[in-house]
Amino acid sequence: MSNALLQYTIRLADDLLILSHRLSEWCGHGPFLEEDIALTNRALDHLGEARNLFTYAGQVEGQGRNEDHFAYLRKERQYVNTLLVEQPNADYAHTIVRSFLFDAYHLPLAEALSKSSDAQLAAIAAKAVKEAQYHVKHSSDWLIRFGDGTEESHRRAQEALDNLWTFTGDLFVMDAVHQDLAKAGIAPDLGKIKTAFDATVDKVLAEATLKRPADGFMASGGRQGKHSEHLGYVLADMQYLQRAYPGAEW
Amino acid sequence: MASNENNWPLWEIFIQSKRGLEHKHVGSVHAADAQMAIENARDVYTRRQEGQSIWVVPAAAISASQPEDAAMLFDPADDKTYRHPTFYTMPEGAKYI
Repeated sequence: MSNALLQYTIRLADDLLILSHRLSEWCGHGPFLEEDIALTNRALDHLGEARNLFTYAGQVEGQGRNEDHFAYLRKERQYVNTLLVEQPNADYAHTIVRSFLFDAYHLPLAEALSKSSDAQLAAIAAKAVKEAQYHVKHSSDWLIRFGDGTEESHRRAQEALDNLWTFTGDLFVMDAVHQDLAKAGIAPDLGKIKTAFDATVDKVLAEATLKRPADGFMASGGRQGKHSEHLGYVLADMQYLQRAYPGAEW
Repeated sequence: MASNENNWPLWEIFIQSKRGLEHKHVGSVHAADAQMAIENARDVYTRRQEGQSIWVVPAAAISASQPEDAAMLFDPADDKTYRHPTFYTMPEGAKYI
């Protein structure tokens, strides 16, 4: 069980770490100053939650690894984040749609996890709920503006949605690790999270006058460390300093 | 950062730091509408627990006195120190005036 708990905690943390990194890539390049700050605020929200989770993973593992070990000293195949969060920023529509899809999953997940039988996961999730509520609002607002905006913003939002939809299946894969934890009341049943996700997506897309893509081929494998080609570049950027100057601190 | 005539309108931001206190002007943001202005203000001006309520006002809705009128408007008050309450004698025993 403790191995499953370790694995699951790292999954939760990796999602947030990688998305945080992607959002931080916008720092100084945001479409306008206020939104630049909004995005980096979000990046820090995600990073804060990831740090708590990595620290907890280190305790569960009990081998003295800290948050930096998990973030900086693992290889690509050892990352178990979902495929959605590693997708490139591309244009702002892609950035917003990627966050929206993740937020629609993350909020009900955090709410459910706050009732986990694992006290530490529950506490970390409870802290994230309020942040996640604002994240959903922020990304929904933009998606509605884009979808119900100009012809070009609508087209770009729909394109982003069509491109990223294939990665949503990976969010809800229940493998043996997850099933064990679900039975123990530690992790929530992803079927219920999916129901909440669907409700949010349908509501916001309707208001945004965007079309929900059909569930065709769904990419998966993130939880097994099988990633798209993009993750390697993210890690090269993120880990450079620790690899070049091992143990560097400031 | 884009800066051209297509910029969104400017909104003046007022933050209330505590319940019961006044909303204070803290700066301005660009936003397409009031809702976006509130969210932008939240991200720009309340990141360090500065507030618990936000007002946004379209900058265009504010009428301001002109700097060149400053002398006429404000200088006459310079020599009217009797308008300050320092000349009044405090009644004995009044602690909280």
